[in-house]
Amino acid sequence: MVGEIKIEAAVKRFHQQDGTEITAVNGVDLTIHAGEFVSFIGPSGCGKSTLLRLIAGLDKADEGKLYLDGVGITKPSSDRGLVFQNPMLFPWLNIHHNVAFGLKARGVYKEEKGEVDKFMDLVGLSEFHKSYPHQLSGGMAQRASLARALVNRPKVLLLDEPLGALDAFTRMNMQDELLRIWQERKTTMIMVTHDVDEALYLSDRVLVMTPRPAKIEKCIDVQIARPRNRSNPEFLRVRSQILRILNFAGNEKEPDYYL
Amino acid sequence: MLKRLQDWLPVVSGGLAIFIELFLKNSSRHPRTQEPYLFYALLIFTIFFAIIAILSCFNKRVKIWLAEKSLFVAASILALTILNIVTKKFALLPVIFFPSPDKILSVIIEDRTFLLTCLASSGKLLFTGCFFGALAGFITGVAVGFSKNAAYWINPIVRLLGPIPATAWIPIVLVSFPTTFSASCFLIALSVWFPTAVLTGSGILNVQNAYFEVSSTLGAGRFYQIFKVGIPAAMPHMFIGLFNGLCAAFITLMTAEMLGVKNGIGWYINWQKDMMAYANVYAGLIIIAVTFSVLLTLLFRVRDGILVWQKGVIKW
Repeated sequence: MVGEIKIEAAVKRFHQQDGTEITAVNGVDLTIHAGEFVSFIGPSGCGKSTLLRLIAGLDKADEGKLYLDGVGITKPSSDRGLVFQNPMLFPWLNIHHNVAFGLKARGVYKEEKGEVDKFMDLVGLSEFHKSYPHQLSGGMAQRASLARALVNRPKVLLLDEPLGALDAFTRMNMQDELLRIWQERKTTMIMVTHDVDEALYLSDRVLVMTPRPAKIEKCIDVQIARPRNRSNPEFLRVRSQILRILNFAGNEKEPDYYL
Repeated sequence: MLKRLQDWLPVVSGGLAIFIELFLKNSSRHPRTQEPYLFYALLIFTIFFAIIAILSCFNKRVKIWLAEKSLFVAASILALTILNIVTKKFALLPVIFFPSPDKILSVIIEDRTFLLTCLASSGKLLFTGCFFGALAGFITGVAVGFSKNAAYWINPIVRLLGPIPATAWIPIVLVSFPTTFSASCFLIALSVWFPTAVLTGSGILNVQNAYFEVSSTLGAGRFYQIFKVGIPAAMPHMFIGLFNGLCAAFITLMTAEMLGVKNGIGWYINWQKDMMAYANVYAGLIIIAVTFSVLLTLLFRVRDGILVWQKGVIKW
């Protein structure tokens, strides 16, 4: 099995225009096992997206190190696929060529052309090879962007609120789709989300993060058998546990009045 | 019923024009042409639209086309008829400066070989200049868009030299180039270079960074990102630059030909003006209008072909 991410004391600071510094990631130590599905959850500004960008290699850590299968991460690579909240399909390419982008960029399109069809089928877009991104619905575009990341067979798939912009029904469908793809391919999945239910429904582990200082507050192993039921008592118990942590972390104020 | 009648408007308008041309007495002050060219042209036009009107009963596409155009075509012919009455029939305007449509038509037909030679030499100049200008503009724009270093050194030059109208260089260029052809080519290239460079550069700088980030996580290297992400994403801007450049090239071409070059359609107009042959001047202008309009239409066709993924930026 490949796809193990190891993060050692990673720190990332951002300089603001007025000269002050903001610490977005504050000494995170974490190991994500190969084939694991992990979610980062937390309020805005807790550094979860920054952490994902560090793993992707789009930003460099100021201190500490990140490893994929023991090799240091220095720059973006096709080993670590990335899917944004916005599908970010290239509007000048049709869906086929969008999905094929990674294969072409790595110069293996001729040999692996069949892969494009395979992943287009996998995400249910086999009839849309010739369509352009502006002709697709939001859910279809996001599935295409998923196929584009998967066709490279990355060791790790990084998902930055991938379903955030979708309506509730499309969203639940896509969650099942993600699970199916994960179970089929056993790729390590690292997802950032705002949605507690989504994190619980999908993940082996949920990492609850808090802002200022940006750190991992709690690591929760979700030991519920799949397929999970969103109204299962254990599901609801863990859900309220997470909500409690987030609330507790979010405001420590006393209520204004007691009944 | 009214719709049916509208389809026949061009024919009615053409018939009226022929009637006036044949039966209204010509003013003696307008010179006669060798052949009744206007009559021939109107006859061909009227017969053509009569056939179209009949065809439109059977063919849906012809019908739609005719329904859309008939009013405009009829009005244009009516305007031509009014011009004909004002000039050839009653000579209400100064005869030297406002020749009859018949006379202008006779110049285009009788002088066609010479006009074509002029058009060809203008075309050669325009294409050579535009080609090198667009190429230079593209390279400058890509360099400025992708390299901070290049932007540091090139941007001030672009900003200083670009806004100068290319024609302002004429006194220097005409003495520093070996031939008037190379000098004019340079001027045209200069006028195309500036808008192409500026819009290509800003097009690339405005590409969302997320596209580059996504492509780098898909395994694209620097050059692959430049040619497969940056440039395609900047294409809509580039075409606006080319469009502006081509319009500037037309201006430069005409000015250059009127000042220094010894052939070409701009030179022809200027020469005929000096000879007080205004019918020839109008003939030249008509040829320029048609040619440039066709060239711009071609540019937009190419753009629509390349940018099928995008809804039009400027309509033409």
